[in-house]
Amino acid sequence: MTDATPVVEFSDVSYVLPDGRKILQDLSFEARRGEILILLGRSGSGKTTALKLINRLLELSSGELRVDGRSSKDWNVIELRRHIGYAIQEVGLFPHYTVARNIALVPSIQNWPKDKIDARVQELLRLVGLNSDISSRYPHQLSGGQRQRVGVARALAADPPILLMDEPFGALDPLTRADLQREFLSLQQQLGKTVLFVTHDLHEALRLGTRIALLEEGRLVSLTSADEFLTSPEPLVKKYVDAFGTTERQREKP
Amino acid sequence: MNFWSFITQNRYEVASLTLEHLWIVGISTVLAVVVGIPLGVLITRKRSLHKPVIAIANIIQTIPSLALFGFLLPAPWIGERAERLAILALTLYALLPLIRNTYVGITSVDRAIVDAARGMGLTDWQLLYKVELPLAASVILAGIRVALVISIGLATIAAAIGAGGLGELIFRGLAMVNNSVILAGAIPAAVMALLADSLLGWLEKRFTPQRAA
Repeated sequence: MTDATPVVEFSDVSYVLPDGRKILQDLSFEARRGEILILLGRSGSGKTTALKLINRLLELSSGELRVDGRSSKDWNVIELRRHIGYAIQEVGLFPHYTVARNIALVPSIQNWPKDKIDARVQELLRLVGLNSDISSRYPHQLSGGQRQRVGVARALAADPPILLMDEPFGALDPLTRADLQREFLSLQQQLGKTVLFVTHDLHEALRLGTRIALLEEGRLVSLTSADEFLTSPEPLVKKYVDAFGTTERQREKP
Repeated sequence: MNFWSFITQNRYEVASLTLEHLWIVGISTVLAVVVGIPLGVLITRKRSLHKPVIAIANIIQTIPSLALFGFLLPAPWIGERAERLAILALTLYALLPLIRNTYVGITSVDRAIVDAARGMGLTDWQLLYKVELPLAASVILAGIRVALVISIGLATIAAAIGAGGLGELIFRGLAMVNNSVILAGAIPAAVMALLADSLLGWLEKRFTPQRAA
């Protein structure tokens, strides 16, 4: 499914805060059609900022960012965002909406007919492995894993070709997380979306990623396939891999 | 003459003064809602206006009510009738809790929820009426509740400028040095305040967004 067509392209993108702090510096990479590109990095590395530049929740300071070949500045911002699915940690669900209304939000503001929306909600619930009887519940009545699935379903609702995911499985216990990762991978293989996925978790990155981009202090350190990542000679990559190895060993100590 | 016999003998007057009181308070609260909520929303969008708007509302709040009635007296059209004057003054007093609570309610909506909504392509209006206002509803209702209870109390003072309402009985009682007459004005006003408070409290609870356990 993956081909080399760039769907999201960063060219020398920088993002500077009004106080002069540089969050992202000269970032250049592209996400190719149908791949899961992982943006990996520690807290403060700028990975979430990079994601928010794509759907223009933040506006880049310099450089150029193209989505489907068109500069993000030339897109109508509302159109751009509806072209891109967005899933974040569970807090992003609307607490005053039922599951069905949360999922149906984008189709309903695009004025889909009601029966088409209902059918789409049912289809999405099935797709993300949820029983249709939860559609009338509220987010606070769901488990963490269910909320996450609803978040993914909502991001997919209007069938956007691009998905941005910001640690969508971050708040889950390891077993539920592994389930969701596996299901997400098979979902992605069915749907062929272009996914940009932010995480700090190396295991998640290796499990899901087609390619992994490592960010550190707002710069791109390396961009390799998932397989090459572990054997990369790049010192910062090694440091990241080692750190994960160490924490894992520490955790296993009684 | 004790309180109960005064009330029963003058029940029609007490009832009509109560209605007058309700009318002044009701209209001024509605006006304050119509002006205050949009102003509260405005200062969440133009943050530079936040300080001046809140400061003005604060200053109005500190003007003693009798003085405010007096200041407004020379105003054209408004000053012609005491009732208009009372309504304007009460509206001004009710603005602060409404503006402030609308601002606080909207700005305390979880950042992540707002980001998710914008990221999905909601326009600014859709964000406001589908997400921010519903989630801020309980805080805004708390503001209306405060405004309403304050207004019911303040409206008794409006009788001093001849605007009517239950204050009339209170001032008459003071002049007559008759506690029963004072109580005939004070007790219905207090009951009205308590009822308004519990009604709005109930609404507030209903509109409180459900949270994760």
